[in-house]
This record gives sequence, structure tokens and C-alpha cells, in this order.
Amino acid sequence: MKHVSVAGKIISLLLSAAFLVACSSSSTKEEEEAAAAAAAAAAAAKAAQEAAAASASAADAQSEANRLRLMDAAAAYGNVFYFAYDSSNLTPEAIAALDAHIAVLKSSNSTIRLEGHTDERGTREYNLALGERRANSVRDYMVVRGIANYRIEAVSYGEERPIGYGSGESNWAQNRRVELVVVN
Amino acid sequence: MKNLAFILMNIVLALAATGVRADLTIEITQGMDNPTAIAVVPFAWQGAGTAPEDVAQVIESDLVRSGQFSPVARTDMLGLPSTQEEVFYRDWRALETEYLLIGKASPEPNNGMRLDYELFDVLRQTRVFSGMESGPAADARMLSHRVADKIYEHLTGVRGAFATRLLYVSVTRGGAGNKDYYRLTMSDSDGARPIVLLESREPLMAPVWAPDAKQIAYVSFETGRPAIFRQDLATGKREQLTNFQGLNSSPAWSPDGRTMAMVLSKDGNPDIFLMDLATHNLTNITKNFAIETEPAWMPDGKSLLFTSDRGGKPQIYQYDLASGATKRVTYEGSYNARARVAQDGRNVVMVHQRDGNFHIAILDLVTNRLQVLTSTALDESPSIAPNGSVVLYATKSGDRGILAAVSVDGGAKFRLPAREGDVREPAWSPYLGAN
Repeated sequence: MKHVSVAGKIISLLLSAAFLVACSSSSTKEEEEAAAAAAAAAAAAKAAQEAAAASASAADAQSEANRLRLMDAAAAYGNVFYFAYDSSNLTPEAIAALDAHIAVLKSSNSTIRLEGHTDERGTREYNLALGERRANSVRDYMVVRGIANYRIEAVSYGEERPIGYGSGESNWAQNRRVELVVVN
Repeated sequence: MKNLAFILMNIVLALAATGVRADLTIEITQGMDNPTAIAVVPFAWQGAGTAPEDVAQVIESDLVRSGQFSPVARTDMLGLPSTQEEVFYRDWRALETEYLLIGKASPEPNNGMRLDYELFDVLRQTRVFSGMESGPAADARMLSHRVADKIYEHLTGVRGAFATRLLYVSVTRGGAGNKDYYRLTMSDSDGARPIVLLESREPLMAPVWAPDAKQIAYVSFETGRPAIFRQDLATGKREQLTNFQGLNSSPAWSPDGRTMAMVLSKDGNPDIFLMDLATHNLTNITKNFAIETEPAWMPDGKSLLFTSDRGGKPQIYQYDLASGATKRVTYEGSYNARARVAQDGRNVVMVHQRDGNFHIAILDLVTNRLQVLTSTALDESPSIAPNGSVVLYATKSGDRGILAAVSVDGGAKFRLPAREGDVREPAWSPYLGAN
């Protein structure tokens, strides 16, 4: 939106300079005065354009720096949110990480996939449903906090894509997760 | 006492030893008490050169795998008769043989093969049964399985299910940072002659057979999300049946082949739907905020079993198509899921949790008696043989997925580990047609 308004200001300055030129074309003296005025107007317009561009790039740089800061904060949390056994409730750690990711998403228009996963215990189809519950639980949290539903796709892989292949809690804990993947 | 039974300690019937490239091997871990001793004499090959297949070995392996028969070692055999005139009963009595199977394998025109066989009761000294099977020589193993079916039926009174096939999913790990390879494979019931039907870098799940065994259905993530496909086995032609948002899973063919039960979560949570396969019209039969999944048809096609956690934990329920009524089926234990029904409509196998471990259990719908059949910790995906005698399931050995089987009375057990990768989700075919 900032880019549009800066561009709008520049266009209106240029248009008023052209209007001055158009109004002052009747006599030679007037022509000279008008030419001088037009030159002055053009110079003013150019200065205004440069000033606007400078302020726009300053604003851009500031928002870009802000966005990078948010992305760094989210990256520090990672893009994987973990769950307790047979649960789709968000843990306090997952909520902290999600809040960081939500801040990034608010600074962009990117779309994401939330991929839900489970550990190997229980049947594959039931785990597919549980993985979907986990992905939906993350999606719902994001939507309530202002991320548009259409930007999020939730997909469950159940227990089909483990991180840890072995049995035991150390593997299972890694596998009970939702992964956030930025699509574009 | 059957569990203390006659134990054949890891007799490896290595199919590779016969030159057959098989992904699965068979290890018999437990047989029945007092198995019937049967001598299966190598069939006499009537053609030129050596026989294309050791058909007697295939027949013997089938019978022994059932847990109900013990073999007589070929090295102990005092003669190798192939006709009734060559049978000397005292030789076989000396080996405590109860039954003797002999036969001939003959080449037929147009690359055909014919198996003639005779079964003798050694104690009564009589021929009790004889028969013939013929077909393409390339199907020699399947002809052998058909002979085993006939012998099994004659001696046990139960139709044999050796001349059937399996579907299973295997996974080869991609290694650090790489995606896994998923394969959908069809093999003979003994794991031999594997054919890879589909290979993907995205998960494959839930393979099932059409009732005529000519088509299969499964879930593939190849589109980036789960979708149900069906595939014709003869032509390889595939059709994507669903592409809804959310889950598209757990396909189950109705006994008449016209309807596919499935799980869709397009309306917000997983529910059971019925798809008319001619029109693709959908009917939602469960409308509930809980997880409803894993539909399984009763053999009469009048009702379905399914898993629901509407009571807090997953249990098995039954939906009656005519009345629309739903009733709870399982009450014992806090986790009962993924039912499969035997053709008799009476025995239901399922995943049952006990002391934190997942076992295969069998529920008799008439007596309501639930029996736990397995003792390993992560057993899942039970599939019952078309004759109701054996349950094939997936389990873990170390950190690898393998297939294992147990007889419905718990007496006989065998395992089918893969040479490589993880194996899972076995689906036992219905009886096959004549070919």
C-alpha cells in the first residue's frame, strides 16, 4: 500500500507541472515566464520525486528489516510443532513458536502447508485422522489470530513419514508433529 | 496347550534357494500340536531336461506353513515313487508318515503344464484322493498351490487358500534428507513372484482388493495430498476416484463390487461415505464430530463395521444400511480399531490395545468372546485369508516393519520378513477365478 501512495503523489506532482505549462502559452514574454515557471515546476517535481523515492526506499528498508527480524525470530523456533501422545492440543512451546510464525505471515502474502504427523502407535488410518486433527489445530489457531483460511492447506501424513524410524519415546516424540512448509 | 506346541525353530523355507527372486521369505515360528505327518515326494518330470519348477516343494511348504502338517525330509525317503505301483507302504510307515502325496508334472502343448497327483493313507494302505491341475507352465507355482488347496481341503475339511495373492506396501528408506521409496507389490500367498504395481516417492497406503480380485484400490499421496485410486490388474489402467480437501482414505469395496466405502474429511472431520462406483455419487453414512474411519463390509453387504472415537477412545461400531442404526460392537479394552470380517461373518479381527501394546485380536460376534492372538507390541493391519484360517498382519522386528501370520486359533505362526526395507499393510486376496 505504501508503494501505491508514494507513486500517486509523484504522479500528481507531475500532472500539476504539466498543467502550468499548458496554461502559459499565449505571448512571448509570458512564454518566457511560463517557460521559467515550467522549468521551476519541473525541477520541483523532480526534487519531490527524488524525495518521495528516498522516503519510500527508507520505509521499504525499514519494513524489510522488520520482516527479516520476524523471520529470524520464527526461524529460531523452527517450523516444527510437537504434540503429546494421542493429543492435538497445542503445547505452550508450540504456541510460542506459532505466534512468531503468525507475525511473519502477517508481513507477507505467502501461502503455507501444515503437514500433520503421528508416531507409529495405533492404526494407520486412525493416525491419518489424528495427524489431520493436529494440522487443523494449528490452522485454527492461525486463523483465529488473523491469517486467512485460504492461505493455509492442512494435509495429514499420519505415521507414513517418520523422522525417527525406531520405536521408543525418543523416536515417537520427534514424529508427533506438525510441519509448517511455505508454499510460495 | 497349543502355544507350547511342536515348535519348528525358524525353519527357513528359503524361496531364493529354488532360484525364485522373492522379496519376502518365510520363517515358521510355531506349528500346531500333533501335526499330521505328510510326505510330499518330488513330482516326476515327464518332459525334457529338468522340471521348470519344484512343484512338490511348493505344495509341501504350503501345507507346513498352515501349522497343521509336518514334512518328511526328502533325504529320509527310501524311494521316490510317482505311480501307485511304486508305493511301498512299509517304507513310509517306518518314517511315521501318515499321508503320502506323489505325482507327475508333464509339459502340455502351447507352453502348458499338467500336474497329476495321488494321495495315499499310509496306515490304511489305500489311495484316498487323486486329481489333476493344468494351466500355463509359467504359472507352475499357482498350479502347485491349487494342488495344495485340494489336499488341504481333503484332509482338514476346510477349503484351501494357498492359490491366492497378497498385496502389501513396502518402503525403502531414502536416507538423510531424502524421501523414501514406497512400493505397492502383489505376490503369491507365500510371498513368491512379487510384482511391483506402483512405485512412488510419496506415501502409498491402504491397498484393498475388489471382490472379483481383478481390481485393487489404494491411497496415494502422489498429488501432494491423499487421494483414492483404483487400478485394473490386467490392464494397469488407473482411475483417481477422489480429490477432496482433507482425508481421502480407507477404501473398502462392497461385496457386490458396486460401492466403495471410504473416509473423507471434506466436511470438517473424518466421516464414512459410500461412493456408487458407476455414478461417483456420494452418501455420508456417519455424521459425527468424532473420528470415523476404517470401514469394513460385512460379507452380506447389509452393514459395515467402522472405527469411531465418539466415546472418547477408538472402538468398533456397526452401521446397518437398511435402518441407518449404529451400534457399538467392542467393549473390552480402551482401543479396538480397524476391523476385518471373515467370510463366515462371525469372526472379526482387529487391532486391540492391552497394557499399552497393540496386538491382533479376534472377536466372535456370536459368543462375544475376544481372544488376543499375538504377543508382539506393535501389531497392526490384520487381513484374514478367504478361508478364514489365517490372519496376516504387520508388526515390527527390531526397527523394521515385517509381515507375520497367525492361525485364527493362535496355534500356528509364521513370519514373512523382507530382504530389504519395511513391509506393511498386507491385504489377502479373495479366492481367485480358475486362472
